[in-house]
Amino acid sequence: MEALFAITLGIMVTSGVYLLLRARVFPVVMGLTLISYAVNLFIFSMGRLATGAVAVVGHSERYGDPLPQALVLTAIVIGFAMTAFTVVLALRSMGEVGTDHVDGQEPTE
Amino acid sequence: MNHALILPLLLPLFFGSGLLIAHRASPALKRWLSVLATWALMPLAGWLLVLAGDDRIHVYVLGNWQPPFGIVLMLDRLGALMLAVTSVLASAAVLYASRGDDDRGPNFHALFQFQLLGINGAFLTGDLFNLFVFFEILLIASYALLLHGQGPGRARAGLHYVVLNLVGSSLFLIAAAILYGLTGTLNMADLGVRVAAAEPSEAPLLAAAGFLLLVVFGLKAAILPLHLWLPRAYASATAPVAALFAIMTKVGLYAIVRVFSLVYGDAAGTLAGMIEAWLWPLAMLTLAFGVFGALAAKELQLLMAHLVVVSVGTLLAGIALGSEQGLSAALYYLLHSTLISGALFLLADLIVRQRGEVEGRLVVSPALRQPLLLGAMFFFGAISVAGLPPLSGFLGKVMLLRAVGPGEQALALWPVVLIGGLGMVVALSRAGSLLFWRATDEAPLRERADGVRLLACVWLLAGSLVLVVAAQPIQAYVQAAAAQVHQLGPYFDIVRGGAR
Repeated sequence: MEALFAITLGIMVTSGVYLLLRARVFPVVMGLTLISYAVNLFIFSMGRLATGAVAVVGHSERYGDPLPQALVLTAIVIGFAMTAFTVVLALRSMGEVGTDHVDGQEPTE
Repeated sequence: MNHALILPLLLPLFFGSGLLIAHRASPALKRWLSVLATWALMPLAGWLLVLAGDDRIHVYVLGNWQPPFGIVLMLDRLGALMLAVTSVLASAAVLYASRGDDDRGPNFHALFQFQLLGINGAFLTGDLFNLFVFFEILLIASYALLLHGQGPGRARAGLHYVVLNLVGSSLFLIAAAILYGLTGTLNMADLGVRVAAAEPSEAPLLAAAGFLLLVVFGLKAAILPLHLWLPRAYASATAPVAALFAIMTKVGLYAIVRVFSLVYGDAAGTLAGMIEAWLWPLAMLTLAFGVFGALAAKELQLLMAHLVVVSVGTLLAGIALGSEQGLSAALYYLLHSTLISGALFLLADLIVRQRGEVEGRLVVSPALRQPLLLGAMFFFGAISVAGLPPLSGFLGKVMLLRAVGPGEQALALWPVVLIGGLGMVVALSRAGSLLFWRATDEAPLRERADGVRLLACVWLLAGSLVLVVAAQPIQAYVQAAAAQVHQLGPYFDIVRGGAR
């Protein structure tokens, strides 16, 4: 399970970085979202991967670590707010600068 | 438990929320409330300075959970110093903004208060994840403040700043998660204890987490090669915002000192001092780049922004020395450079307002309306920031140069700092002579500088004078702060249930 999990995160981050480097506003936002998903899953896995482990002590043989779940919640909320902000900023920059390139001008080939 | 510790968080939080709810109130009322809340931070920070002066580490245990469970706020001399300099800087910035800059977009004062909440929180928290949360608070407020007042230049610089910092936040989360996964704690003092007791097989992963944190803090602090966002962003922000941002790079440097002295400090065995070999060349390069940038700047605000990069490099050199002397010199220089950078951004705006259409571009323009007054202020600020005697920049540099012992480090530091100082003098005197002496024959603009704006700027410039006049007690305080940071025992006692 760990290997599958790690490969999944790796693919997500790779795609995210690729999209980030496209330097157009919409792919950049998508890339940031993918990276933040991968990071959230990574935090989640830091409580160790296990199935059937209840987060309450005494209800099963092993218990799941509740703290990463709390951290992930915080990270999701913050990440969501930041993504929303980036989208609004991207729209405004599009309106004011007139291009969706992150440098505010079309690259000269 | 002393409740004074949480007041620097509650005050801006309540006033910021109140201003947000009452956003339809008259601008005058909002100004008064914001100025009141910001100025109230100064006596509060003074109180905390005195409180921290007893060399104990004061801990505020939120929810009364026994540390390391739950979040703690901790106050030591270092944190108190940072709070104090923030409050002084913010008091001038809010005063300056209240003369019209806050009208250029909605909710300026609420955002300003949230920005202060984030900065104060970062200086007070004793928990790594909580540090992340406060970083995000100060960042999201800074995004909005940076964009305050419209304009394509701001949107462009803002987009770079936001995207870079979002990537930085992801790296911070990865580092915090690795540390939690290995040690099972996020309390910084507890992390220090656990890292010191870690198995050798865990050391590489712990080091990886540490270097990820260094990248994140380096991005905030604008250390080469992660500094490229800074000049554009600072130069395009409105003046009071740019002045307040002078503390933001210092938040990154503070986090480097805090994490790498406490978690990866002297007790960390093989991991102790792992970043110093990296910081040293980076500090030199950052300093040199800042000077080159200042020499090449074509706009007054860009020149000032590059001076911020120079100060980051100088500060980092003091931190990279890893000694008490180095850190205390860096702390003195930090107080000086924060206040004077803030003052220079405000001054640049005062000058630009009297230059008409050419704005900040360094070209010949009609004469200023008040060349003597602004010229004198520019002269004072330039001497201080370039590190010429008798002002505070000189003292800071002397302390830094005396902190390096003879050897390779001195061979690297002395020429870079001294030639860098010469470069700054050249850049500033070129800009100054162009601004004040060479003018076209056109009549100057009629408008004189606003009195309150002048006052805010002079107030920060006077900080440099105070740092010289009261150099002895301030030097003693930073010396004690640096000594305290290197004494890890009392910090570790927090999690052993000792300090309260």
